[in-house]
Amino acid sequence: MNDATELLLSLLVLAGAIFTFIGSFGLARLDDFYTRLHGPTKATTLGVGSLLIASATYFSVTGDSLSLHEVLVALFLFITAPVSAHLLAKAALHQRLTSLAPLPENAENRPGDALPAAPPSRAEPDTRGEIPNTPGGAHDTSLRERGT
Amino acid sequence: MKRLLPHPLLTPMLALVWLLLNNSVAPGQIVLGLLLGWAIPVFTLPFWPEQVRIRHPRTLLRFAGVVLFDILVANLKVAWLILVRGRHLRPAFVVVSLDVRHDLAISALANTICLTPGTVSARLSEDRKSLLVHALDADDHAELVATIKSRYEAPLKEIFEC
Repeated sequence: MNDATELLLSLLVLAGAIFTFIGSFGLARLDDFYTRLHGPTKATTLGVGSLLIASATYFSVTGDSLSLHEVLVALFLFITAPVSAHLLAKAALHQRLTSLAPLPENAENRPGDALPAAPPSRAEPDTRGEIPNTPGGAHDTSLRERGT
Repeated sequence: MKRLLPHPLLTPMLALVWLLLNNSVAPGQIVLGLLLGWAIPVFTLPFWPEQVRIRHPRTLLRFAGVVLFDILVANLKVAWLILVRGRHLRPAFVVVSLDVRHDLAISALANTICLTPGTVSARLSEDRKSLLVHALDADDHAELVATIKSRYEAPLKEIFEC
């Protein structure tokens, strides 16, 4: 391996490390759940991408044949990262996490929601109070039925 | 024909993935890859009955190029936003009304939105007519929606529909 390749590889690994770090740093620095989602899903793709290019180059140069495992890793990463980001965002909306951005109106009335009329986030203590009541009530009736 | 080879595109793709997994192009591996590429679509047919058709391969290639370039830009932009703007971002939810109807096109669009500049797709509405998108730093909401529609949705519509 000559000096030029070594320099290129070092730069790639360094860039990869920096971008991965920025992505994780975003998690700590940003303020709400939704903006935090952006750091790990975006900045890390480039970070992992350059690490993978470095890995492929290194093993192709030093090994006896072309190494292309890394293409697959990148492919799977590009398929799975958006799906997990989407599901996290969806779960956050369902939980009505507080957001810096105003939630759009049609996000409020979702079919399949237990309490469609509840105002966002403030209703949480109320819902928590109601949850133990419902199974308790069901339990009571079942006991009564069993008794009769 | 349809029962023997339900997804003609999936077979070579699975064979290619098999070769990449093994990191080899030995004739034996090619045969095994093709065999798996034939068997897996046949056995998973109940989960995926609809055949995928790609109408404009050239548009698909150009779209892939645009998306790769945007991923690069997105990474630099998000890194910049995190480091410099930090706590002075203008995050926003925008609703993108969808023109595409095909399931695969919608999921490809949602995936693309998640991969590109400062946007994460958050929810598909029940009637599949609009997609809720969260943007990290949105200046002009209408412009953001217009960019998503023209840059990503239009080519996807061309590729998967008519």
